[in-house]
Amino acid sequence: MSLRDTGTYIKRPNRPLQIYAVIFLIVLYVPVLFIPLFSFNDSIYVRFPLQGFTFQWYIELWSRDSVWAALWNSVKVGAVVAVISTILGVVAARAITRYRLPGKSALVTFIMMPLVIPGIIFGVALLVLLSRMGVPLSLYTVTLGHLIVCLPFAVATLLPRFEGFDPSMEEASADLGENGWWTFWRVTFPMVFPGVVASLLLTFTISFDEFIMAFFLTGTDPTLPMYIWGQLRFPQEFPSVLALSSLILFISFLLVFIAQRVGRMGLED
Amino acid sequence: MTNDAFISIRNVNKYFGSFQAIDDVSMDIGQGEFFSLLGASGCGKTTLLRMLAGFESTSDGEILIDGQPSADVPPHHRPVNMVFQSYAIFPHLNVADNIAYGLRKQKLSKAKKQEMVDEMLELIKLPGYGQRKANELSGGQRQRIALARALILRPKVLLLDEPLGALDKQLREQMQLELRALQRQVGITFVFVTHDQEEALTLSDRIAVMSGGKVLQVDTPEGLYEAPKTREVASFIGNMNFFQGTVRRNGAKKAAIETQGLGSIPIDLEKVTKPDGAPVQVALRPEKFELLEEKPKSGTFVTAKMDKTAYMGDRSHYYVTLDGKPEPVAVSSTNSFVARDDDRWAKGDDVWLRWAPDAVVVLDAD
Repeated sequence: MSLRDTGTYIKRPNRPLQIYAVIFLIVLYVPVLFIPLFSFNDSIYVRFPLQGFTFQWYIELWSRDSVWAALWNSVKVGAVVAVISTILGVVAARAITRYRLPGKSALVTFIMMPLVIPGIIFGVALLVLLSRMGVPLSLYTVTLGHLIVCLPFAVATLLPRFEGFDPSMEEASADLGENGWWTFWRVTFPMVFPGVVASLLLTFTISFDEFIMAFFLTGTDPTLPMYIWGQLRFPQEFPSVLALSSLILFISFLLVFIAQRVGRMGLED
Repeated sequence: MTNDAFISIRNVNKYFGSFQAIDDVSMDIGQGEFFSLLGASGCGKTTLLRMLAGFESTSDGEILIDGQPSADVPPHHRPVNMVFQSYAIFPHLNVADNIAYGLRKQKLSKAKKQEMVDEMLELIKLPGYGQRKANELSGGQRQRIALARALILRPKVLLLDEPLGALDKQLREQMQLELRALQRQVGITFVFVTHDQEEALTLSDRIAVMSGGKVLQVDTPEGLYEAPKTREVASFIGNMNFFQGTVRRNGAKKAAIETQGLGSIPIDLEKVTKPDGAPVQVALRPEKFELLEEKPKSGTFVTAKMDKTAYMGDRSHYYVTLDGKPEPVAVSSTNSFVARDDDRWAKGDDVWLRWAPDAVVVLDAD
């Protein structure tokens, strides 16, 4: 760095702030890191000192059919939730950014509300409603619950894409002879595509990891987090649960990381 | 310029809620004409352009394009194309795909499409740019590509919404010349929206001056500049000095206007429509005055006092005060054939103003 960079406090590196950031990240992630750490530990007890390195728990996991069934349940629910909430998100984001809607900001607030309403309240409410209507609990009811949880994330991911989108792009397409349908597929969709991918990845991950809604709304087929919850009763299964959790942790991190990168694509320049 | 109306705008009004954006506008635009809509922002010129494109409906009145009523024709079925102010180059497509965007429905062979795109790239002087990405282009290049994308469809009318506004001065002047040459070359009617009066004067066959949703005057550049019909137009285009005056008809052959500051100006009878004694305004552009150090031997002239001077390089601006006129009078003179002479005039110097009575514009009093 040249001398001139030290001239103003705006650009000067701030040492205390850097230390704060490091501590922040440690406090946030070290507890989580114990999970993968103990998943390789050659002991069924989670305690120090570590006994030795093993892949045993991962291998055990591999051969357990109920894990695969739960995984498949979660993937099915996650995929359906991701697609539906992203489609609804595209429609909502387009409507919010393109039309003069009365009470637009109130509408956005209501769409975002599930982010701050405790899941347990939504879960109980849905459970009461569904049982009153006589709907049996199944993966469908879990999907419904997850849609409520995921829709705000889809809208929040897609809104900036639509907001950063010059409305004259669509007008230009109309002007060049394309009707609404073709304009959507030739201009609007390609331009918001990174946002769509980001929304799919993010909503899938959220649904995949979601526990509270699933806890209230699952029937006989458990999702993966429900399966883990069930296994916690058996101490001898605990290392396998750690192994499973580590895998989920890794895949979730990867998906969200990709979603963040893709979602910002083309927005910076 | 041809006289048959290609676009006919008839008593068009446009309301946004209770705000009237277009106020009873009627005009005809001829085939192959370079027609400008000139006005300050908010005067309704862009709204009018967007009505021609079909992006805004008319609240009232009718627009005919090539003889066809356009009210029920959506934008994608109109024989007009537009160059947007932001250019609206599709960022996910390369230059060739941007230019060929509107060709989908024509179901052309790949080779034919390629040929048409290359032809357009040639026309806009960007040959070989077909594979460039949209974000690798400069403002001027985007502007040209927006033009090519519209022109490839051979529209009957090309609408341009301040297409040069985002360019820097030098590039803008270059693009003005190119745009004018291009329009002559393709022979398409251009409707050009701008707030830049110089740009409008340089480019247009005819100009409509707009203000507050109304059209004040439609005329050729010379007509607007030399013979504005109202004070508003006169002061919007270029600079103008105004003098209060009174008509003095002196018999059947001669007339004069008695003015504050310029004395009695002899005037052609046909320029005066008002009766004897009627109040009028006389308008004279700063460059119509000649500034002299000594009393001229002939012509129409008055004496004045130098107030302020401003050196502008190729010309200088002066403000002089006249007896009987409270506001100073602006005078502009070129510095051609004048050697450098920093203090040719000083404040308070006695000077003489001479002008040609032909250059005088007579307007109604306020």
